[in-house]
Amino acid sequence: MISHMRSIVARFVDLLKPLSTFYQENTVGDCCIRLCAIVYIDFQQTGTTREMCVQVPPKEVDVLVIGGGNAALCAAITARRGGATVLVVEAAPKFYRGGNTRHTRNMRCAHDTATDHLTGPYGEDEFWNDLHRVTEGHTDEDLARYMIAQSKDILPWIAQQGVRFQPSLGGTLSLGRTNSFFLGGGRAMLNALYLTAERLGVQVIYEAPAVSVEIDNGAFRSATLRSNGTDYTVRAKSLVAAAGGYEANIDWLKQGWGERADNFLIRGTPYNRGDVLKMLLDNGVLPIGDPTQCHAVAIDARAPKFDGGIITRLDCVVFGIVVNRDAERFYDEGEDFWPRRYAIWGRLVAAQPGQIAYIVFDAKSLKMFMPSLFPPVEANSLAELAAKLELPAEAFLKTLTEFNDAVRPGTFDHTELDDCRTEGLALQKSHWARRIDEAPFYAYPVRPGITFTYLGTRVDRDARMQMANGGKAENMFAAGEIMAGNVLGRGYAAGIGMTIGSVFGRIAGERAAQNARG
Amino acid sequence: MHAVDNLKEAERLMTVCNSCRYCEGLCAVFPAMELRRDFGDGDLNYLANLCHGCGACYVDCQFSPPHEFNVNVPQTLAKVRADSYRSYAWPKAFQPMFDRNGTAIAAVTAISIAAFILGFALWHDPAVLASNSGQFYRLMPHNAMAGLFGAITLYALLAIIMGFRAFWKDIGASSVSAGSGLTLWQATKDAAGLRYLDGGGVGCYNKDEKPTDNRRLFHHLTFYGFMLCFAATTTGTIYHYMFDWPAPYGWTELPKLFGIPGGIGLVIGPAGLMHAKLKRHPDMLDPARFGMDTAFLAMMFMTGLTGLALMLVRETAAMGITLAIHLGVVFALFATMPYGKFVHGFYRFGALALYAAERRADRPAKTIRKT
Repeated sequence: MISHMRSIVARFVDLLKPLSTFYQENTVGDCCIRLCAIVYIDFQQTGTTREMCVQVPPKEVDVLVIGGGNAALCAAITARRGGATVLVVEAAPKFYRGGNTRHTRNMRCAHDTATDHLTGPYGEDEFWNDLHRVTEGHTDEDLARYMIAQSKDILPWIAQQGVRFQPSLGGTLSLGRTNSFFLGGGRAMLNALYLTAERLGVQVIYEAPAVSVEIDNGAFRSATLRSNGTDYTVRAKSLVAAAGGYEANIDWLKQGWGERADNFLIRGTPYNRGDVLKMLLDNGVLPIGDPTQCHAVAIDARAPKFDGGIITRLDCVVFGIVVNRDAERFYDEGEDFWPRRYAIWGRLVAAQPGQIAYIVFDAKSLKMFMPSLFPPVEANSLAELAAKLELPAEAFLKTLTEFNDAVRPGTFDHTELDDCRTEGLALQKSHWARRIDEAPFYAYPVRPGITFTYLGTRVDRDARMQMANGGKAENMFAAGEIMAGNVLGRGYAAGIGMTIGSVFGRIAGERAAQNARG
Repeated sequence: MHAVDNLKEAERLMTVCNSCRYCEGLCAVFPAMELRRDFGDGDLNYLANLCHGCGACYVDCQFSPPHEFNVNVPQTLAKVRADSYRSYAWPKAFQPMFDRNGTAIAAVTAISIAAFILGFALWHDPAVLASNSGQFYRLMPHNAMAGLFGAITLYALLAIIMGFRAFWKDIGASSVSAGSGLTLWQATKDAAGLRYLDGGGVGCYNKDEKPTDNRRLFHHLTFYGFMLCFAATTTGTIYHYMFDWPAPYGWTELPKLFGIPGGIGLVIGPAGLMHAKLKRHPDMLDPARFGMDTAFLAMMFMTGLTGLALMLVRETAAMGITLAIHLGVVFALFATMPYGKFVHGFYRFGALALYAAERRADRPAKTIRKT
């Protein structure tokens, strides 16, 4: 409260300062007019519309950043602070800027002590062990450890760029020690970074996808952007590619998944098409990561095709059973804690006929998990539920009856691996198994929701792209999801995508500026 | 849109927001929401009045328009909030005052000013309006003035209390003892500093995604300006009756020391808020309530402006007419107080008290559910 009053007084003093000299040679009336003018100008400046006016790219810049998310902005800010002229080109319209960053909420950085927002230390070794575990070894240890070491500086650095943090969100207490949550979420984080970048003089152009690049034997020359139907060629001394993966490119996904990909839902914007990644790989950049894999979770089947984000996720698998279109169970729903298992369910559902499944539970579980966007399908009997879900009623009732009969008595506790399990089923439920017998009965239809892809460009510690012919790129750097496969070849750990983006974004921006300025 | 539709949309949004929760650090609305799983009308009215309209959740939301989820919390809660003012208004016969609030308040004000002018003229010789004696009480005896304004103030107070009771009951405030001293003290602090009109710490959002703190500044000028003017009137009345020391007062006397900065605040504050309103991103505005918001700001502005003008012209021939206008405006301000935007302060304070109580009790208030 006191600091608040102080800030108000300070604001007044700021407004009045220019008046003190003016006052000595002018009348009170003049001063009033001047004060009004100052207040008015102050208003006008609160909403500069520069990015709306300038949509024609310059012909040449020091550093061209393709992409508009966390990694791109960290690179742009660092390069600009390094003295380079910087152009950021984002394929999406302004509202959808930032790719997957707009749906994030935290980042995972190593830190030695608890802070205002983190409940305890998270050392480099622990971070490495977590990363090694989730990737099952599919990581470049040297690069990963380097990233983890660098992540220590990221929290204070990114706070200096205007990003604000808060303690972990309700329902995410398990991340309170390791992950720093953005106040207001990922879009708030992006807004802060864009504000800083624009203040520094970084030029940003929206709705300007790169349609081609000129790369000459590992040396970037120029990129052609399409903006408002016109093509512009921009030459740059350095390129930072931070344009994400290809999770929204269904045709590309089909190369790994076949026609099944038609039934996938994409959790982020439709602009994550991977065009830049493809152009780079076509121009001799060395790939890394499994092209047939993507991070997929089971999300509400009623979600929109694109950009449903966090609110379509469902955290109730462990409380019930999951059946496919034939009303058959297909995996142990209670195998392990949900945070450790949620990431396999996208792939599991993708393997089912029609790429659809149904999480079925009853009244006693309804309020045990985070609410989600759509209400569950509700019915007063299991037969009615089968009808509403358009599942074969007989098979559905058989599956439910067999499951209920197999449930052993136990003490239910969803916070530990409890002793509620089934016995005698071909496919057991190992924990949290309770009879589904209390009306009303509920179900959520689920489909695979694709978060991100693993294929990317190989880089070194300088975020410099490596070439397929064995050399290093002369002036091309990559950051964010487009190179995440270097350290995250498989699996996922909450917040690590943002760590990769910020750490390598900052490195890429620094090296790109150094390269451009000689 | 009908009030029921606004509540329905608010319920939809709270369901969306409750499954996201990214905004919980921005203000009080979202932590209060998280205590709940479903949202009755009373809950939504509570949340709507808890919302200060800072706009941070709109610019931070990945699902705000043009996204198909169309999450627009500031606008929707503004609509619910305005609907709630109408539904709590006492007596019910005056609730339609909210339907065309700008027109209604303008009409009351015009009639009120006309009545004072006419009253002065009929009471005395019409020439008295143009006298330059500098003596207010020649135009209207002090007792008459005090009696009239005392009565209308008491009426406004009664109507506001009745409305507040309806609100307090609707939001289930008693179920978590929201009226306790500690929660009221917390609410007083939060309201006095406009704690939740700061966009989560960087300033509220108005025109775009760039934060400024202007609205909080201008609100402070308006609110404290009003309080200073109120203090000026009160000290004047005390001087008059207790010390037998009638107006006019010198520049260094309390009524002037309170009144002049108060009047200036009442001019600059509402002007700034009006300017901010005109600049505000249309997505965050409730166009149907533009009249209500504007009328409120205009009444504050007019009160301050006519008060200052009166001080400047009291020794001139314009005093009579200026006094009539000033008294007319102030009378209309008090008469319409329970039937306009003025009530927002009371309901917001009540919502802040309930929020403080819920935080202490760590459970939501129990509201009466209509089935």
